[in-house]
Amino acid sequence: MLGKLDWSAIPFDEPIPLVAAGIIGLGVLGVLAWITVKGFWPYRWREWITSVDHKRIGVMYIALALLMLIRGFVDAIMMRSHQAMAVNADGYLPPDHYDQIFSAHGTIMIFFGAMPFVVGMMNFVVPLQLGIRDVAFPTLNSMSFWLTASGALLVNLSLVIGEFARTGWLPYAPLSELDYSPGVGVDYYLWAIQVAGVGTLMSGVNLVTTILKMRAPGMGLLRMPMFCWTALAANLLIVAAFPILTATLAMLTLDRYLGFHFFTNEAGGNMMMFVNLIWAWGHPEVYILILPAFGIFSEIFATFSGKPLFGYRSMVAATLFIVVVSFTVWLHHFFTMGAGANVNAAFGIATSVIAVGTGVKVYNWIFTMYGGRLRFATPMLWSVAFILVFVVGGMTGVLLAVPPADFMLHNSLFLVAHFHNVIIGGVLFGLFAGYTYWFPKAFGFTLDEWWGKVAFWLTLLGFVLVFGPLYILGLEGMTRRLQHIEVEQWEPWLMVALAGVVVMIGGVAAQVVQLVVSIRRRHELRDTTGDPWDGRSLEWATPSPPPPYNFAVIPNVENEEAYWSIKQAAIRSQSLGDEPDYKPIEMPRNSPTGFVTAFFSTLIGFALIWHIWWLAVLGFVGAYATFVVFAWRDEVEYEVPLETVIEAERQRRAAAEAWLAEHGGRTV
Amino acid sequence: MTVPRGGAAAPARSHGRRGWAFLALGACTLLLAGCGEISILRPAGPIGEGNRQILLNSLAVMLVIVVPTMIATVAFAWWFRAGNPKAKYRPEFTYSGRIEVIVWSIPILTILFIGGLIWYGSHELDPFKPLDSDEPTLEVQVVSLDWKWLFIYPDAQVASVNELVIPVGRPIRFRITSASVMNTFFIPNLGSMIYAMNGMETKLYLQADRQGTFYGQSAHYSGDGFSDMNFDVRAVPDAEFSAWTVGLTAQGPVLNVDTYRDLSRQSRDVRPYTYRHVQGGLFDSVVDQTLPPGPGPETGRGGAEEIHPESSPEASAEPPPSADPAPASASAHGAHHEG
Repeated sequence: MLGKLDWSAIPFDEPIPLVAAGIIGLGVLGVLAWITVKGFWPYRWREWITSVDHKRIGVMYIALALLMLIRGFVDAIMMRSHQAMAVNADGYLPPDHYDQIFSAHGTIMIFFGAMPFVVGMMNFVVPLQLGIRDVAFPTLNSMSFWLTASGALLVNLSLVIGEFARTGWLPYAPLSELDYSPGVGVDYYLWAIQVAGVGTLMSGVNLVTTILKMRAPGMGLLRMPMFCWTALAANLLIVAAFPILTATLAMLTLDRYLGFHFFTNEAGGNMMMFVNLIWAWGHPEVYILILPAFGIFSEIFATFSGKPLFGYRSMVAATLFIVVVSFTVWLHHFFTMGAGANVNAAFGIATSVIAVGTGVKVYNWIFTMYGGRLRFATPMLWSVAFILVFVVGGMTGVLLAVPPADFMLHNSLFLVAHFHNVIIGGVLFGLFAGYTYWFPKAFGFTLDEWWGKVAFWLTLLGFVLVFGPLYILGLEGMTRRLQHIEVEQWEPWLMVALAGVVVMIGGVAAQVVQLVVSIRRRHELRDTTGDPWDGRSLEWATPSPPPPYNFAVIPNVENEEAYWSIKQAAIRSQSLGDEPDYKPIEMPRNSPTGFVTAFFSTLIGFALIWHIWWLAVLGFVGAYATFVVFAWRDEVEYEVPLETVIEAERQRRAAAEAWLAEHGGRTV
Repeated sequence: MTVPRGGAAAPARSHGRRGWAFLALGACTLLLAGCGEISILRPAGPIGEGNRQILLNSLAVMLVIVVPTMIATVAFAWWFRAGNPKAKYRPEFTYSGRIEVIVWSIPILTILFIGGLIWYGSHELDPFKPLDSDEPTLEVQVVSLDWKWLFIYPDAQVASVNELVIPVGRPIRFRITSASVMNTFFIPNLGSMIYAMNGMETKLYLQADRQGTFYGQSAHYSGDGFSDMNFDVRAVPDAEFSAWTVGLTAQGPVLNVDTYRDLSRQSRDVRPYTYRHVQGGLFDSVVDQTLPPGPGPETGRGGAEEIHPESSPEASAEPPPSADPAPASASAHGAHHEG
């Protein structure tokens, strides 16, 4: 009846996961109870869960990402503290638990922390910057989000029902094959990533279509803000790369469920092919994460320097260069597998060539600052620190691309330090910068600057303290994923790294405090003009938060900096121009399709993990029925009445006029 | 029979570790396990030296542009701060053909240098490339098992587990395979690592130019017992090496198809021991899978894995007591730890 599932799946004898799951469970129950008591369910359901508004979906993506980042960070704290205590000792985590933790850390941080953060940021910002009202396929967008959430749910269920993979965040065969990993851990991994991966792929299709087909009139491709360019690049990479991941994991699934032999030791299986395929996705994935972060930095450097981005076309070229080259470098993840010298050399050179694109971007950001008038608000601090940290990460990356160096640093803590250097120092700094930058747009009030700066300095300091020692440990020969350590000379550096983690905990806490403080002070921090940073692109032309339709009248774009030129024209003429002819606006109706489908997908995933075949069939039928119901819908859109539009617009114009009157004399 | 999770075996293990910590200082001079030299920056052989040279050269080439870039970032950010009245505000400075040329050519030039180093280094230090030497090359066959290393000396027809002894000054040809999952064979002070994979053979040429004890390890995670997959590498004079191999023939069990099957079962924290004789062609049988891959764990709770009960000390293939005069070695053999 319940397949492999019985009471023995609950780790009653392991206090750490049990207590952790208990706390998380209580937290979730508490929130649900609070919503119920307050009677918020109808509002939650109507306005958020079933919402197809790209802004709401973007916010939900980011909320999920923040939760998962904290979850993954707890894993990181456990790993660092365990290793610091495991030099010639047992530490406090037995191998089977420690191995799950580092596997879950990587999986959660990449798939459910960084990815939803990036996708959420693109979802929220891109339509606003393009001057349009929603993405191309709003209901599909909702579905993408909820599938990602159901993947995250499955991974977290493994904490308390069964186990998670003990294979590392990429389940290398044959360790991940049934012979060597007979438990459900790898199955949790496979189905969680497959469900979330489908969501990511659909989101990629959606945003590519949106950017290519739905820009405001006048916004040629070369007038798009840099963030839209990088979003286009990242989503093209998603569309090209994620099917490889899906296919590779599907092959591993066939091996595990139906006795195929794609990657097994026996019967002609080829484990090297798994490594090859997974990195053919894995390396473009790195650029899927980092390119949107580059876009965020480009927006922030321009805004806070009070200048347009330097070398815009050069930046576009560098972005597209990276997109193409990112598909030609994956073999550097396995130089040590014994490919010949020519192959290693070719991929090593291709890898270092990709640094050209990044280098060009760094110089263009530096020259954006040159001749600017720099304001060091929190987003700008993250951005400047990013350059300093990222050039070091880029340099160590190129070092690892040199095969003889990689022959000694492969899988070492030097490698671990390198990719955290670029993913924290690049992707995460970028996302935190973007989070602070666009938060007022999403919620109508800015985040508290003082706590933002505290968070920034603590995170930066902690980051250096953690990963500096890891670089050194790598040079001292320490390999990754050690549950206990027999080399005493490593201990001092492990202790320094542990101290760094403590500082980083302070940074994370400061971010949480910043959010709480800002919500409490929201009336003082209110953004009335919709343009708190003196922005340059179209999202700042809308009120904060924007109405569901974003723009009452779709703007006409005449150059690369659409909003900046509108703003300058208004300042010169000291007027906003005549009120345009407003019309009622058609918007897509909210739909529970995404949520319901994701619910059934979670059932399918859970059922397949535990071999509960009837439940899998039920889930599939339910998901298909939901699709059929959606396909037969009659009403696709609703109309925002003219009065609502006019009322909102008059408020916005009044705020803008007040601003003009106050800043009338200003010239630029 | 199931092995308790976090059960009785753990205290024994931590006791052993405390003992090691206590002995740490004296142990190094006595060349006991667990304290070999380890660093890729203090190479003990030509491959390690070559790799380190390439690493440092590449680093130097990149620092030439990375350091000025970092300085420029801080300098521009500071000078052009809004509060500096001396800084000239130039919002129109958004494109300069001259700067664009520089911006593209600096990284390209750097990468040209690095590209040269990559091409040269990949060929010069290819792990498969034999070392030039007047001394005869020694072959050592390496099998990674769950979770220990087997080193076979085909010339002397002896073998050791979790301890590698090599002659100083002679090139060593390692032929490497895996009995089960992937590992990498890595002695940081000697140089390059390479993957060990079942059904395949990789080759690696290394050489130690000075005597010493070096730390060897697997640098690819291979399961719950992975942390124990380290070994001491003793580089000794050629004469001492010969004496060592001869000495091995006097003691220890025999490695043949049957004992290999026992050895290939999962076990953790195996103390070093040796085999007095190795059946010919054993390594090739592992590579061509005549000897099947080692079994994985058994399934326990909720589909969770348990280590093979047969590999626990009672059931594992103990060498016959009469054949093993060293009691310490016998008790350590197959010692099994369950965290």
